[in-house]
Amino acid sequence: MWIAIFCLSGLGLLASLGLGLAAKRFAVEVDPKIEAVEGVLPGINCGACGYPGCSHFARALVKEGAPVGGCIAGGEDTALALSELMGVKAVIGEKRVAVVLCKGGREESTTKFTYRGVEDCKAAIIVSGGDKACPYGCLGLRTCERVCPFDAVVISEGGIAIIDPEKCTGCGICIKECPKEIIRLVPVGKRVSILCYSNEKGSEVRKKCAVGCIACETCVRVCPFDAISMEGNLAVLDHERCQVCGLCIPRCPTRAIEGRDEPFPQVEIIEERCTGCGICTMVCPVDAIEGEKEEVHTVSEERCVGCLLCIDRCPEEAIRIRGPAHSALESVVR
Amino acid sequence: MKVRYLFGGGIHPSEQKISQDAPIEEMEVPERVVVPLSQHIGAPCEATVSPGDRVKKGDRVGQATGFVSVNVHAPISGVVKSIGLFPHPLGRPLPAVEIESDGEDTWTDRLKPHEDYMDLSPEELKEIIRDMGIVGMGGAAFPTHVKLSPPKEKTIDTFIINGAECEPYLTADHRLMLEEAESIIAGARIAMRSLGVDRGIIAIESNKPDAIEKMRGLTEDIPELEVVALRVRYPQGAEKQLIKTLLNREVPFSGGLPMDVGVIVQNVGTLSAIYKAIRFGLPLIERITTVTGSGVHTPKNLRARIGTPIEVLIEACGGFSTEVGKVIIGGPMMGVSQYSLEVPVVKGTSGILVQPLSEVEEGVDHPCIRCGSCIRACPALLMPTILAVFAQRDMFKEAERYDVVDCIECGCCDYVCPARIPLVQLLRYAKAEVLARRKKAA
Repeated sequence: MWIAIFCLSGLGLLASLGLGLAAKRFAVEVDPKIEAVEGVLPGINCGACGYPGCSHFARALVKEGAPVGGCIAGGEDTALALSELMGVKAVIGEKRVAVVLCKGGREESTTKFTYRGVEDCKAAIIVSGGDKACPYGCLGLRTCERVCPFDAVVISEGGIAIIDPEKCTGCGICIKECPKEIIRLVPVGKRVSILCYSNEKGSEVRKKCAVGCIACETCVRVCPFDAISMEGNLAVLDHERCQVCGLCIPRCPTRAIEGRDEPFPQVEIIEERCTGCGICTMVCPVDAIEGEKEEVHTVSEERCVGCLLCIDRCPEEAIRIRGPAHSALESVVR
Repeated sequence: MKVRYLFGGGIHPSEQKISQDAPIEEMEVPERVVVPLSQHIGAPCEATVSPGDRVKKGDRVGQATGFVSVNVHAPISGVVKSIGLFPHPLGRPLPAVEIESDGEDTWTDRLKPHEDYMDLSPEELKEIIRDMGIVGMGGAAFPTHVKLSPPKEKTIDTFIINGAECEPYLTADHRLMLEEAESIIAGARIAMRSLGVDRGIIAIESNKPDAIEKMRGLTEDIPELEVVALRVRYPQGAEKQLIKTLLNREVPFSGGLPMDVGVIVQNVGTLSAIYKAIRFGLPLIERITTVTGSGVHTPKNLRARIGTPIEVLIEACGGFSTEVGKVIIGGPMMGVSQYSLEVPVVKGTSGILVQPLSEVEEGVDHPCIRCGSCIRACPALLMPTILAVFAQRDMFKEAERYDVVDCIECGCCDYVCPARIPLVQLLRYAKAEVLARRKKAA
């Protein structure tokens, strides 16, 4: 027994000595900065930065000068932490989130045939382009749900992919995977979206889906900021111009436009400051501000849609948002 | 020549050749046809007519673009009504020319018959074959002139005339071999002349004894043509499998072609069309289509004009006999289910199969039990179950290494799978992804 104990411990000692020496001799030097950067990154290897994974991005950031705001999934917090580490100032753009441009679920849309096969949009599309009659419709077979590293996609009861703007980081993986190419990135603050991507004629759309864009152009006419234009048979929203006034939402006859879940803030005029210059009446796209020249103006509660355009234009800073949350919102507008 | 059954894998489904005794029936001229500009593998045609133009039967309406492309012609005389997107058997709307009949069905005056066609040079023959819009009529619709123009470094020693018709239900080739055997043999001799080959094998499965007898009788005095009776096995009519059975040559893996082993295969319908194109100058504007299945009243073999909506063909067979489950263009193994009866007959439409609702199985797939049935059944010698897992996990590099591109989509693995896994769909998906990646990398 003693011989066995002696042999094994001897072997163990010998091996540990060898390992110890090898660790010293063949040590891989890692830049501590790269390690620190990696520690800050989310570590889900989504690839949205353009590099294969987080460690590659960390190396590129330290060695090749990749931008500190490059980690899209990490968002603002990561960018700030990285800028601190690297000692540079971060330029933070507005966070963007993915939106599926279709809301025609099983209730609202028609199908060409009964699909029985692999539950995957990319595989289903081989079979006559998928079962939805609309060639642009979301198939709801969970391809985007599967690839999302943040569990931000859920399939609704009607079989439509819905992306949670809270969880979505805008990494864009689902956009690459969607075979119907109907997922887009939208600035998170401007979440009004025309949830239809069909370029078919209105009559065709109507046959296939109750909530598709029928190219009536009502929204184009309603939009006070010229943010909506027609591209063929589809209304397309320019998010740069959109002021999230929400005017188009109730006017869309097929309810294809969505966004702006919170109630609209309305504005009020601070009587003491108003000089009655009338600038706000000209700015207001919905004619909600009334009043004689040189007299205190009033805002109609019925008509104000809360686009907040007037706040910025009032020379006397006499317009504010009604209710308690006004100061924070106002600073954003200005 | 005694044939041993040699190709690996394969299955023997119920043959169901219920329309084999129905003689070819001429259809009435349809009132309206929709002629797709893409009826072949390769670049789609460009329309050469515009709405309002008057066309005569046989006038060209689509011009080939590129080498791998063929013309399309007006199957009826009449007026071009519109050019736009129309339903296509492939399952998505594709550009097509809609023609309304004038009821006269007059031929164009541009037909160029050749009495002494065997004096034409191989180049002239291929030129005519291309102009007349001839494609492989077994189903894949690959432009025939391309197949007849192998690169110089490949020596072709054998020409195979494919009359196997291994798909269950389909009898169009069978009837053609019985009723127009002479045109097939003449077409084969033209194709062999253009290839410079002097050995031809006519391959027919032994479930068509009358066709074998007829062909044997006609080729008695032609030493270069030989008729071989094959054991019945699906998918024996697939090129690679047919070559293996007849010549024991194996087409190389990873996208090899029959010409790599010195063989060109042509379907009997194609050869008949070649003969008519060269001898009489007739473009490919009609084909024989089997309308069959227990869902139609009287299964028939119809000679239909290209562009006739399949609804008209089903009507010509007495309509549906019961509640319909599926209408499939092609055979039950490789055909494509349709969602619209407005889909037109195209050059590759070998059959229309109507399955009643009672025959359509509610598919529920279960996990793979690793029985290996699909591996035994695969005639391309692949491992469908492994490839399916790769497809499900988006492991396309691995799928490529396991030669998913060699899948011929014959459906044998689906047919035998006890777990009812949609294997062909998964393999097609992986195949499409692999090919797309290769294209991107190139």
